[in-house]
Amino acid sequence: MTRYFTDEHEWIDVEGTTATVGITDYAQGQLGDIVFVEVPEAGRAVTKGGDAAVVESVKAASDVYAPVSGTVTEGNAALTDDPALVNTDPEGEGWFFKLTLADPGELEGLMDDAGYKAFVAGL
Amino acid sequence: MAHHCTRIKLVSDTNEIVESEAEPRALPLDAWHRAKGARMVPFAGYAMPIQYEGIVAEHLWTRESAGLFDVSHMGQLILSGDGADAALEAITPSDIVGLKEGKQRYSMLLNEDGWIEDDMMVARTPMGLYLVVNGSEKWKDIGFLREYLPDEITINHLEDRALLALQGPKAVYALTRVVPGVERLFFMEADSFLWNNAGDPQPLWISRSGYTGEDGFEISVASDQVVALADALAAQPEVKPIGLGARDSLRLEAGLPLYGHDLNDTTTPAMADLGFAVSKRRREQRGFPAADIILNQLNLGPPIMRVGFIVDGRQPVRETAELFDGDKPVGFVTSGGHSPCLGQPIGMAFLEQNWAKTGLSLEAEVRGKRIPVQTVPMPFVPHRYHRPISRQATPDGSEIAFKKTKGATK
Repeated sequence: MTRYFTDEHEWIDVEGTTATVGITDYAQGQLGDIVFVEVPEAGRAVTKGGDAAVVESVKAASDVYAPVSGTVTEGNAALTDDPALVNTDPEGEGWFFKLTLADPGELEGLMDDAGYKAFVAGL
Repeated sequence: MAHHCTRIKLVSDTNEIVESEAEPRALPLDAWHRAKGARMVPFAGYAMPIQYEGIVAEHLWTRESAGLFDVSHMGQLILSGDGADAALEAITPSDIVGLKEGKQRYSMLLNEDGWIEDDMMVARTPMGLYLVVNGSEKWKDIGFLREYLPDEITINHLEDRALLALQGPKAVYALTRVVPGVERLFFMEADSFLWNNAGDPQPLWISRSGYTGEDGFEISVASDQVVALADALAAQPEVKPIGLGARDSLRLEAGLPLYGHDLNDTTTPAMADLGFAVSKRRREQRGFPAADIILNQLNLGPPIMRVGFIVDGRQPVRETAELFDGDKPVGFVTSGGHSPCLGQPIGMAFLEQNWAKTGLSLEAEVRGKRIPVQTVPMPFVPHRYHRPISRQATPDGSEIAFKKTKGATK
């Protein structure tokens, strides 16, 4: 399994042609207390860089973008009852959705862990 | 969240972070906030702390203990000169002439058409009338006051004073240790006190008031002394610094309107459901802007009115969302967000006359989806002001008090 990051602060774990997407620990820290998450339903087609989910903190609503194009296979139902999972375990239990990749070539250009750390350090 | 730091796109932001080309100005506590770990954002032209440890934690701490807020961005003004009170009455609907020394009142500035230019606190001091106006409106307010007050009334903008608010059920214990004597004030009373300040005594102007729904104080202090005062207060075990984020969620739970959101210059006192600030004598005498219109609205109901709502489910319904009764649009949201105390979303909306009542089931539209909401009485969380035992109504007539407050008064 390989983890990639976007400059929009999503992470994506890729295993073959399936992947899991969430927002990074840095992003949840910037957002603050998460009170609501709207995840995509299974079957929805998402496109790289397009809206895929919405995360709402106490102070604001923010869009979460799809790191790559594909078809959603599952939204994280646990976030409906416990949106704070995004705060407590953003890169684990607080995942947003799983999808089937349309084009693994789209992973090129995403950052690896070291690249993302350097990116955040520069913000 | 800073837009340029992370590209997760902001859809809406209830905190009205005022973006401007100009670099935000630093308040006297700027370095103090940063040293306490605050995240600073531009607000009303100043760099201000939006949060320290987190909005929900800060909110709950204020409700159970005491929160220290820097509100030095707000405008502190002294109106002086013979007849300043009567002159101010010409542009407010409140009883200012009848305001006794040491008493404070919530009021608003009205323009010629009866729209609200700003809301404010007014206290009578030995120096004159002391006004606290919104930071985002203060420059406009000063111009407005200068235009509408007679030349012989002096407007003194206290730019060399900072303002702190200490709010919460334990605020009185913390502040009494630092400034003995403040405990004798009741809600909406104010006086000058001497703060020892380690042998360098400083005068403070302190009112027992605030904008969280809790007991608490607002403290005016010389700007060059505010760091020492903030240190002295933050050293009390009951006290933590609290940011703008929790200030917004606290005032929302308390049902208190925020200028620029729930009030603006297309809102009258009746539309804002602030009839309590229109005094009995002023209603009889009618000598305030657009008195006939406002009194008609108070008697017969305004065309739209501010009403509270709670949301079924967890999804916040934020400012600008439209409300519907079936297919009919009946209003719009002016403040909305998560209530940390209730654990659910709440908000304020302006609803058309026939819908401006509690107990209605309506729907809000958010991102193309309908979300059920119910109109409810405000405040969402009971006020816990420190009122005298015997008084049946506050000076502004807003509420009936049955007992000395430790618990709810409503």
